[in-house]
Amino acid sequence: MITIGIDVGSITTKAVMMKDGAVVSAKVINTGYNAKNAGETVLEDIISEVRIKRSSIERIVATGYGRNSVPFADKTVTEITCHASGGRYLNPKIRSVIDIGGQDSKAIVMDEKGRVKDFAMNDKCAAGTGRFLEVMARALEVDLDDFGKMSLGAKNPSIISSICTVFAESEIVSLISKGEKRENIIAGIHNSTSARVVAMACRIGLTAPVMMTGGVAKNIGVVKALEKKIGHSIFVSKEAQVAGAIGAAIIAVDSI
Amino acid sequence: MTNKETVEDPEKEKRKIKSVKKMKEIMTNYYIEAKTADQTGKKIAWITSGGPVEPLIAMDVIPVYPENHGAMIGASKMGVDLCEKSEEMGYSRDLCSYARTDIACSPINGGPIGGLPKPDMLICCNNICGTVLKWYEIQARYYDVPLFILDTPFCHTEFSIEAKEYVKKQINEYLKFLEMVCDKQFDYDRMKQVGQLSLKGQRLWQAVLDTTVHQPAPMSAFDAFFHLALIVTLRGTQIVVDYYSSLLDEMRERITSGISAVHNEKHRLLWDNIPIWYRTRWLSEKFASHDACLVADTYTSAWCSSLKYINEGNFLDTMADGYTKIYLNLGVDKMAEHVIEMIDKYNANGIVMHSNRSCKPYSFGQYDILKIVKEKRDIPALVIEADMVDERSFSESQIETRIDAFMEVLKARK
Repeated sequence: MITIGIDVGSITTKAVMMKDGAVVSAKVINTGYNAKNAGETVLEDIISEVRIKRSSIERIVATGYGRNSVPFADKTVTEITCHASGGRYLNPKIRSVIDIGGQDSKAIVMDEKGRVKDFAMNDKCAAGTGRFLEVMARALEVDLDDFGKMSLGAKNPSIISSICTVFAESEIVSLISKGEKRENIIAGIHNSTSARVVAMACRIGLTAPVMMTGGVAKNIGVVKALEKKIGHSIFVSKEAQVAGAIGAAIIAVDSI
Repeated sequence: MTNKETVEDPEKEKRKIKSVKKMKEIMTNYYIEAKTADQTGKKIAWITSGGPVEPLIAMDVIPVYPENHGAMIGASKMGVDLCEKSEEMGYSRDLCSYARTDIACSPINGGPIGGLPKPDMLICCNNICGTVLKWYEIQARYYDVPLFILDTPFCHTEFSIEAKEYVKKQINEYLKFLEMVCDKQFDYDRMKQVGQLSLKGQRLWQAVLDTTVHQPAPMSAFDAFFHLALIVTLRGTQIVVDYYSSLLDEMRERITSGISAVHNEKHRLLWDNIPIWYRTRWLSEKFASHDACLVADTYTSAWCSSLKYINEGNFLDTMADGYTKIYLNLGVDKMAEHVIEMIDKYNANGIVMHSNRSCKPYSFGQYDILKIVKEKRDIPALVIEADMVDERSFSESQIETRIDAFMEVLKARK
């Protein structure tokens, strides 16, 4: 049985194809201006890569902020349920998921059976999200892929007190002009991001083992900062960025 | 226009509450009377929503509620313009949006009814919040009218004898204040009747709210938000008694004929905090699309919470208790107790809390209340961050995702 999960996020759109309970293929593209187009494009991409007929797909589930702009989806499910389900697929032992995506961060706590027990999401503020890190990387002229690694060498992480992306950026500009080392500033950014996420996660009773999903899981600096704050290690899968789409593809199987 | 647009959905028509029309008439007449008070010679008092209105009614003063006005501004989506206007005047965006829009309306006669009628006096009771003190001081200076402040100490754990004496003393001062401003003796006989009518109205309102104990509920909290206006503004008059009697009849009829607020009610939720006035319809439809009905709320029931403290034969003497021990003037433990009582009474299987940027006393303890509630009753909770009037604090896609996810959690538990 072939199912597809499509996760239309604010920055990237992800698609995962599953066949008989296993991931066959995953694709990530930029969402861009038109979420509807992004959903179609990523579907075409994955179909042409795997070389199957569209008619052999039994069911498609859409998730993410743009979930309602995927007209060909059979069902929509929120990213909370999808990340929980995708997280459990990647590691059946986990009880909590911290998902940091483009425009929001979430903490999800599950019961023993993997059902969502409680969740929390960031408020109307981009601090503590992928977009925040993107803006900061640009301000520091560092490639986003190097951003995480660079912070690991920091000796004295800077203190970033602003909780607003725009003001944090100006705080960083002033740190740069004072000659502060890049790695210290980046480490400070990671600390401030994780502080916000951990505060939110603790509010709903974060339970170990914890997994991190979403695009920001690729940033080792944030993962380390989170681990330090919560006091134990965090499981990160290679497929962290597509965990939501995996969850959607699994839910597609369950809902047939 | 196509045929489809002209034909009303019979299912939807059936669910409409018939009393709404009458209610609109009453509120229109009330505001017309208030706005033409300068022609009839009646005095106008602006009063806070939790303030003791009965002595005003007994003195034939028309009470006007800036907070009710604020709700109207929110519902007519005029909040943002007025909030911005107040910010131009120098008020912080962190200030309550009822206060901001009210202050902004005064110099420009803004809002859906062209501003409130000019007050002859202001009555401020701080049992609902501390913001009202400064807000009413500002308005007292602006209109150059006398201000009476009734200070009701916060009941962290109890309402002490000393505190009660303190409030009682102020109630006597309140009556003297009214005699001075109205230039006539206080009518104690009339006060007795008003007190009785007030309690009668409150009992009927509670009875209306209690019809939702029935499953499926004949009305939802969204309906209660609308019908609430009378118990707030006209408490102590026969109008309220008559209206709620007929509303109660309508609700009982709906139960008998099987008409529910939400078609196919599967989930029963409890709402906490002031409504998001500019989005009540959107929220109501959103929850209904998930077969969920908001069957009760901590907000509309606050106007009958003094019932257990006030003695019908001795209204004036027991007012201190009734007006001090209201929901927002209690410690978190008591509030949580009240929420749990409501969950049990209305058989709610989820709780939705509006973390209201404007209303600090209502929103501040919410996470603690949730913690207590979750320890005692295993039900999921959703927190929505928004504001009652200022639409700039409402993010649709975020809130939609939270509601959808919350409903997925609820459905998975069933």
